[in-house]
Amino acid sequence: MRAFASLAGVALAALSLGLAAPAAAQSYPDKPVNYIIPFGPGGESDITARHQQAFYPDMFGQDLVIEYKPGGGGAVGWSQLNDYKGDGYTWMGVNLPHIVVQPMQKDVGFKTDDLTIVYMFHYTPDAIVVHKDSEFQTLQDLVDYAKANPGRVTLSGSGKATSNHIAQVLFDGMAGIKTTYVPFKGTGAAVTALLGKQVAAEWGYTSVGASHRDQVRMLAVAMDERHPLFPDVPTFKELGFELASGAYRGIAVPKSTPEELRQQISDMIGQINHDPEFRKRLENDGMAMLDVGYAEMGAFMAKMTETYHGVAKEAGIAE
Amino acid sequence: MLPGIEYFAAALTPFNVALALGGVAAGTVVGSLPGLTATMAVAVLVPLTFAMAPASALILMGAIYTGAIYGGAYAAILLNTPGTPSAIGTTFDGYPMAKRGDGDLAISAASLASVVGGLVGALALLLLAPPLAEVALAFGPMEYFWLAIFGLSLIAALSEASLLKGLIGGCFGLLLSTIGVAEISSDVRFTFGSRTLLGGIEIVSALIGLYCIPVLIDMVATPDRHLQVEAKPRGFRLREALTISWRGKINLLRSSIIGTLVGILPGAGGSIAGLVAYSEARRSSKHPERYGKGEPDGVQATESANNATVGGGFIPTLVLGIPGTPPDAVILGALLVQGVRTGPNLFTEQGSIVYTFIYGLLLATVLMLPVGLVIGRYAYRSIVTVPKAMLVPTVGFMTMIGSYAIRNNISDVVVMIVLGVFGWGLGRFGFAVSPIVLGLILGAIAEQGFVQAWTIGSAMDDLPGMFFGRPISLGIVALTLLSLFYPLLRARLPARRGVVREASYDE
Repeated sequence: MRAFASLAGVALAALSLGLAAPAAAQSYPDKPVNYIIPFGPGGESDITARHQQAFYPDMFGQDLVIEYKPGGGGAVGWSQLNDYKGDGYTWMGVNLPHIVVQPMQKDVGFKTDDLTIVYMFHYTPDAIVVHKDSEFQTLQDLVDYAKANPGRVTLSGSGKATSNHIAQVLFDGMAGIKTTYVPFKGTGAAVTALLGKQVAAEWGYTSVGASHRDQVRMLAVAMDERHPLFPDVPTFKELGFELASGAYRGIAVPKSTPEELRQQISDMIGQINHDPEFRKRLENDGMAMLDVGYAEMGAFMAKMTETYHGVAKEAGIAE
Repeated sequence: MLPGIEYFAAALTPFNVALALGGVAAGTVVGSLPGLTATMAVAVLVPLTFAMAPASALILMGAIYTGAIYGGAYAAILLNTPGTPSAIGTTFDGYPMAKRGDGDLAISAASLASVVGGLVGALALLLLAPPLAEVALAFGPMEYFWLAIFGLSLIAALSEASLLKGLIGGCFGLLLSTIGVAEISSDVRFTFGSRTLLGGIEIVSALIGLYCIPVLIDMVATPDRHLQVEAKPRGFRLREALTISWRGKINLLRSSIIGTLVGILPGAGGSIAGLVAYSEARRSSKHPERYGKGEPDGVQATESANNATVGGGFIPTLVLGIPGTPPDAVILGALLVQGVRTGPNLFTEQGSIVYTFIYGLLLATVLMLPVGLVIGRYAYRSIVTVPKAMLVPTVGFMTMIGSYAIRNNISDVVVMIVLGVFGWGLGRFGFAVSPIVLGLILGAIAEQGFVQAWTIGSAMDDLPGMFFGRPISLGIVALTLLSLFYPLLRARLPARRGVVREASYDE
């Protein structure tokens, strides 16, 4: 009996050694991962990361530690990403269009290609939001009014050279109207201006419609298909405007991170992103899910960069 | 009958009481360390709250938040360094009090004021939240612009020694506020190609540098002890502090109401609340000349106002889903992850969460008194008795940790030290640092408000109406004029008062 036990022990040990041998990466992660958000706490990027943080320990047996490195609209964090060790224990959130548009405008300490993005997990579609008391019942109402009163429709939005701002420029062009874009410090301040009726409407996101459901009305969302949370709100495409845009979020790692580890991290984020409960929670917050892994990232980024380059020039955001 | 009183018992479960007590204690310690802010303390806790019921999570976060705002007073009083931006005004009189040996009294007075302010804010949240939330919406870009200008007018009140030097300092602060990537236009300004300046001048690290470094340099440069050692232990000096509070009850109440209202405004915050309350206290005082030289009422004005912003800030957070202050934004995020949706219906549909939390917050605020007195006593004793040779390196180390931790960025440490040495140099020439800080904090608020108001006003072809045709704006403009010209008015009034007093002596 004893002999059998020790034999079994040896066999087990050999087996586990054999399994452990092929790749050190199999033991990854064996300590907490630092997940850096290049914005302050409490923003939408933070809240998204918090959702991921809640699912991570159960799936990977370690903790995901969120750290903030705000400044320069994200540029401070991104310009320092490649200074970190590429051992898989540093992740950083990345946002589109920020990482494409910022380096086009000025020297912000990084280039888009410096960032090694391993996964893009969702986007918050742009949307035109009005106060529930607004006279604009449909997108057509707003367009008609803007045509009759050029420049008089004021729309709050989050910052300049952002997804909101680009959407405003694009839509004005498509609809042949002129509206006034009023930049605010973040979506929270832009919503406050809308709720306080300081502006006629907001270029916001579907997430605004989700979190202020009782106080606002969305006129249209910039998605290919209607958002599951808002079956009654039309897309811009349905109404004849080829607009599908938003703020995309993903995760990047330092450049020195080895190839297999990049792929493994990409798979891990994908695993969280495919959890049905996780998807449901994010959709309830108004997000649209997206699954672009490490393998497809080159093509995805090339497409997005091309779009933003054209738009930014048109919008006068970049030379 | 108080609303939701049936949930009072739910707030008093042993678990919730333990959370309130632990939260307040931890918050007080965090807040007392310069650089570690309430926002950070709450953010660190978020993962812990995932496993809790929403009401308990809120109680824990609310307790640590209110504790941190209070704890900021210790460093302000004992080291002339606001532990959090909310405690800037506390340094004006707190540090002079500590210098003359009344640091313990200042801490007890601050504790009482913080509890009163916290209670007023939390009661406003309990009783008046939905109507008060409208205040947050009534403030548009124009109002924030004028509010910032009003804040800047405090420079006149704060720099009686030399108005010119105060204004120069204020302008320098405004200039500093424009460095880096502009918040709303995303232009890159005044970075001179430096990555260090890209993120702009971080307010908390600037505060640490400007206030704390000069104190450290002076400690090294003079042979005296930092603060006098008391001859014999005097306890908490609670009785004296109570007498002061009772005498200044109008001041406490007014400051708490100012704090609650400013807390409701999403673009303002504890630092502005404290400064507005301070200047109002000074203006309505019978002895304005004592302010800035160790007047306990000055400490109480700031401390009651900044703790009142906690309850005030929760009003738009819970009613409108708009965070009133930065820590509220983090708390709102934690609630979203839990699946709790804030909004107008939260009070009716999820009353159990909201009311349990509010009673928990009231409880935490009351607990702040014993907890604060004990921790404050300990902080006071250690700062007073530790020899300089240990105090200076310890505090110096803390300033670096604090300014690094705020954004996890080494650039902020460099900026902190440069500004600190610069501030020390300016002090030699009679410049105060507070106008600089005021300019730095208010510059961005004024700029954004101006740009937005101008954009909206020109779109409507009604710039004059935008700038001068809105009732709340006009009210703030009037307050600004009053604050600017009051010293002049006052210069004429005391002459008359003096005559009256002399006459009465004759009798």
